[in-house]
Parts: sequence; C-alpha cells; structure tokens
Amino acid sequence: MSTTAPGTTARAERRRERRAARLADSGGRRMPLWQLVLRYLLLLAVLALMIGPFLWQLSTSLKGPTEDIYSRTPQLIPADPTLGNYAKVADLIPVWDFALNSLKVAVTNVLTNCAGAALAGYALARLRFKGRRVALVAFVMAMLVPVESIIIAQFMTMRELQLNNTLIGVVLPGCIGAMNVLLMRNAFANLPYEVEEAAYVDGASAWQRFLYIALPSVKGTLAVVAIFAFMGAWDDFLWPLIVLSDQQKFTLTIGLDYLHGAFADNQRLVAAGTIIAVAPLIVLFACLQRYFFRGVGEGAVKG
Amino acid sequence: MSPASATGRAAARPAEAPSRKEAPAGGRPGGEGRRRRIRTQLPSTPWLFLGPGLLIVAGFSLYPFVSTVVDSFTDRRTLIGGRYVGGANYQELIHDDMFWTGLRNSLLYMAGVVPLLVVLPLLLALLVARQMPGIAFFRSAFYTPVVASVVVVGLIWVWLLDDRGLVNSVVTGLGFDRIPFLSDSALLLVSAMLVTVWKGLGYYMIIYLAALANVPRELHEAASVDGAGAIRRFFTVTVPAVRSTMVLVGALSSVNAFKVFSEVYLIAGPSGGPGGDDTTLVMLIQRTGTGLSGRVGYASAISVVVFVITLGLMLLVLRANRKEDA
Repeated sequence: MSTTAPGTTARAERRRERRAARLADSGGRRMPLWQLVLRYLLLLAVLALMIGPFLWQLSTSLKGPTEDIYSRTPQLIPADPTLGNYAKVADLIPVWDFALNSLKVAVTNVLTNCAGAALAGYALARLRFKGRRVALVAFVMAMLVPVESIIIAQFMTMRELQLNNTLIGVVLPGCIGAMNVLLMRNAFANLPYEVEEAAYVDGASAWQRFLYIALPSVKGTLAVVAIFAFMGAWDDFLWPLIVLSDQQKFTLTIGLDYLHGAFADNQRLVAAGTIIAVAPLIVLFACLQRYFFRGVGEGAVKG
Repeated sequence: MSPASATGRAAARPAEAPSRKEAPAGGRPGGEGRRRRIRTQLPSTPWLFLGPGLLIVAGFSLYPFVSTVVDSFTDRRTLIGGRYVGGANYQELIHDDMFWTGLRNSLLYMAGVVPLLVVLPLLLALLVARQMPGIAFFRSAFYTPVVASVVVVGLIWVWLLDDRGLVNSVVTGLGFDRIPFLSDSALLLVSAMLVTVWKGLGYYMIIYLAALANVPRELHEAASVDGAGAIRRFFTVTVPAVRSTMVLVGALSSVNAFKVFSEVYLIAGPSGGPGGDDTTLVMLIQRTGTGLSGRVGYASAISVVVFVITLGLMLLVLRANRKEDA
C-alpha cells in the first residue's frame, strides 16, 4: 500500500499535467473556462449541422408507414422503428444488385489504379530511358483536362469499343488516374536512393527492385491511392449516368437517382436507399480515417 | 499548354518533392548524381512499366480531348458521323439562349459558392485546430459529408428542403411562411449551392488544418504580447500566414463550382428546374450530347468553352498568387 501510493500520485500528477497541456492555448497558457465552454458549444452546434442531416435520413428510413414523417414537431427517434422500408426498396428496385455493381466497379478501380499507378510512377521516378519527359508531360496534361469537358468524347469512344452500357465501360476511363501516377512518382522519388543502388549492383533487375525494395516502402501512398480510388468509383455519378442505360447494370448512385425519380413521393424508401449507399463508406472512413485525411493533403488537386 | 501545366502543378502542391536531380544525390554535386542514376537492362522495360498507364491516359483523356476539339467543328451526332461545318457550332452557341443561361448559372454558382468555401472552412479549421479532449471525433464528424456520395448528399437535402421537410417545419413552426426551396428557380440554385458548401466544408477544413499547423506559434505570442485580441490576431497573423492556402482553396473551389453538375441535377431535376432556368453548362453538355439523337458536335463546342474557361480560371488565380508573392 505504502509503496504504491507515491507511484499513483505521481501518475495522477502526470496525467493532470498532460490534461493541462492539452487545454493550453497556442501560447502555452491555460484556456479560460468560458472559452473552453464556448468552443465545445460551437463544436456541438457544427456537429448537429454536419451529422444531423444523416441522422434525420436514418430516422426517416426507420419510420413505419403509420408514423407521420411530415409532423409539425419533428421526431428524430422513430416511435416504432422498422426495417420494412429496406425490404420494400429491395422489392421495388434491385438495390442489392446495384450495390454489387458498385462494389465490382470500386474494387476493380482500386486494383487497376494501385497496380498501374505504382508501375508507371516507378518508371517515371527511377528508370532512365528516352522519352521519360514526354511520358511525364502526357500524365500532367491528362490531369489538367477536366473530365466534364471530354465526357461526350469518352462516351463516343466507349460506343466505338462497344463498351457502353457495361461495367467495364464504367471503370475503364478512370482505371489508372494520371493524378495517382504522379502521386506514386513523388512517393518513389522521395525514397532514399542507396538501397536500390546496392540492389542494382548486386544484379537485381528493375522488376525485382520495384517489387521487393521500392514498393514495400510506399505502402502509405498506395493506401491513399486505394482509398480515393474506391471512394471515387463508389461515389461517381456523371459518368455512369452517361454510359449506363440498362437498369440491371446500374451502380448505386444511378440506382438512387432512378429511385428518387420513380418514387419521389415516398421519402421513407428514398431514405432507406441512401442509407444503403452511404453506410459502407462511413464504415470504411471510420476504420481508415488516417488515410482519408492524408489523401486530402497529397491529392488536393483532385478536388 | 505545357508551361501552364508545369506551373499549375508546382503552385497547387507546394509540398512537392524536390526535383529528381537534387533528390537522390543528397548533397553530392549534380554531375555525379546523374552518373550514378540506375540504368535499366532492357530498353523495353520502362515501357512495360509505363504501358498500361500511358495507354489509359492516352486513350481516355488525351485522345478524347483532341477528338472533342475536332468534333466541335463538325455536325456529328451519336449515330451519324459528322461533316466539317467550320465555326457553325460556335456561331450557334452565341445565339443559343440556353447556352447563356448555362454560362450565367455556372458563373453565378462560382460567385455564390467560392467565398463561402474559402472563409467557412478556415473558421472551422481554427475551431478544431486546438488540441482538446475529443477533438479528433469532431474533425472526423465534420469530414463525413465529404465521404458520402454527392447523390446521397443531394437526396438528403432534397428531403430536408422539401415543402413539408424538416427545414420548412422549423420555419413554419417559428411562424414564418414556407420557403419554396425546391420550386422557385432562383431558390433551387441557392439550395444546390448550399449542398455544395455543406459537402465541401470538411474537405477544405483539412487543407486549412495542415496550413495552420505551420503557422509559427511565436507570431501569435508576439501579437498577444502587443495586446492584439483574438479577432485582431486572426486578421494580422492567421490570414497572412495561410494566404497561399486560401488562394489554393479558392482555385480548387472555383474550378469545381464552375463545372457543377450533380448537385443542380439532383436538386433542380434533369431538365434544370422550371423552363430549364437552372441549367448549368455541364448539364447542357450532358443533355445535348447523350442519348440516341445526341448532338455530339454541338456538345463538343460547349465542352471546349468549359475547358477554356476552367483553364483560364486556373491561370488567373495562379497569376494573382504569384504577383502577391513577389
């Protein structure tokens, strides 16, 4: 007892110090209490504004047909929560097929972007050959062309390839993003040179150096590319809208637009559909936040 | 185009790696670093690495760009190959009321959205920059709308802004008249802007957060020793320190706002509100150029206009930035 007591007080002391440091302002002084309270009140107000709409949608999707969703006094908590709307959405439109299509498109987009961007980025950063500058300029130029301004030509290209109205057609134009190639190039160029040089002297080929030495060192950037490729494909709207016409091939975003057009007056159903579409990404975000935030810094140009 | 692209990249990503020539040598003279660079065994190897990426980028970005420009001088339709018609499409644009409506709306959208997206995320970043218990949770929560698809976000707000939706029940509950967010053509555009701002706040907040972390603490201390209050310090210390980030955010958000499609399409409907009054340029491209009777040539001409204005915007902002830095 007597031996543990000083230890615990010391630890408590340290904890108190740490908390004090956390509450200190940028000048190192403690924040006055009123300021702290004010800050938390503001944070909570913004929180309500940013998360509230999602919760309201979730709440609407869980309200049964007898509950008044237009009530003058809004009820966030459903009186009698039900999953009936989700079942009904699945009856009216093949929402799970849409989800599967979205998943196929997103996963393919991740794989092709990671592989293609890593390979091309490595060549641009580390291999020496004639035409490297031209290749680099091609990627930079491709990045600067806004997709919206070439979307009709992309559509015509897909028609010529007979790939319109297919999921391959949805994935293909963005399957190796120029932005991702340049991100990977920077990541490889920032690696220390000496290890690869040693491997080269030992007779490792370009493939071996890429696969066993360089690639394992850029996992972080690769994760950023993967996450933004997934999110980009899952959330994309304009391109699938243009290239897909057959309902069976719809991705979730196009399916939702269709649901909204056909059943606009049934808010519970539309709400259930949107929750199905957004839930996987919120879960993904909750698990991998770090990379989402890093991606904003690294890929800011992507918008 | 290539000098523009080079400056575009450099200014948009200030943290970019130093160029290769300096990087690997690590202080060694440039000449030696150059000689020590790794050579590949087979001349074909680099092209195997680059092949897939180059093929995709050339086939689905660069070629479509060239073909957009070429098509804009033809009367090509979805099912009929076009003939060369000279500048006829561009002449038609000038006399097309819908084109001017689209241009007006896209520019209005930019004017409405950009100031809010430059200022509000900065204030938000200041609010979450300070280390406090639970702050990581708030940061993530504010970022959630960025993660959600624009379709999801659009439909959430369609329901919130409905005549009988949450916002209007609060408005009428306070004794005001219902606000026709989703039927008045001016309010439709404002509602779409609201969605864009709401969805973009978290994204630009993160960009500002990174910039704020680099503001030297001593500046704030010196300013407060001199008796500057919080608001004074915001304008004399914070704003000048993050000015280049504000320019970046302004550039990104203006280009994105000018190209707006999804928000207006979802809020105002595929035809762009009553009488097409809320049509934006990109909506016009989509409406004109797709479908079986799509006028590819004419849509390409609109696309070229969008491209030129977008590029012009980027150059304008970058130039303004460089002048201020000098």
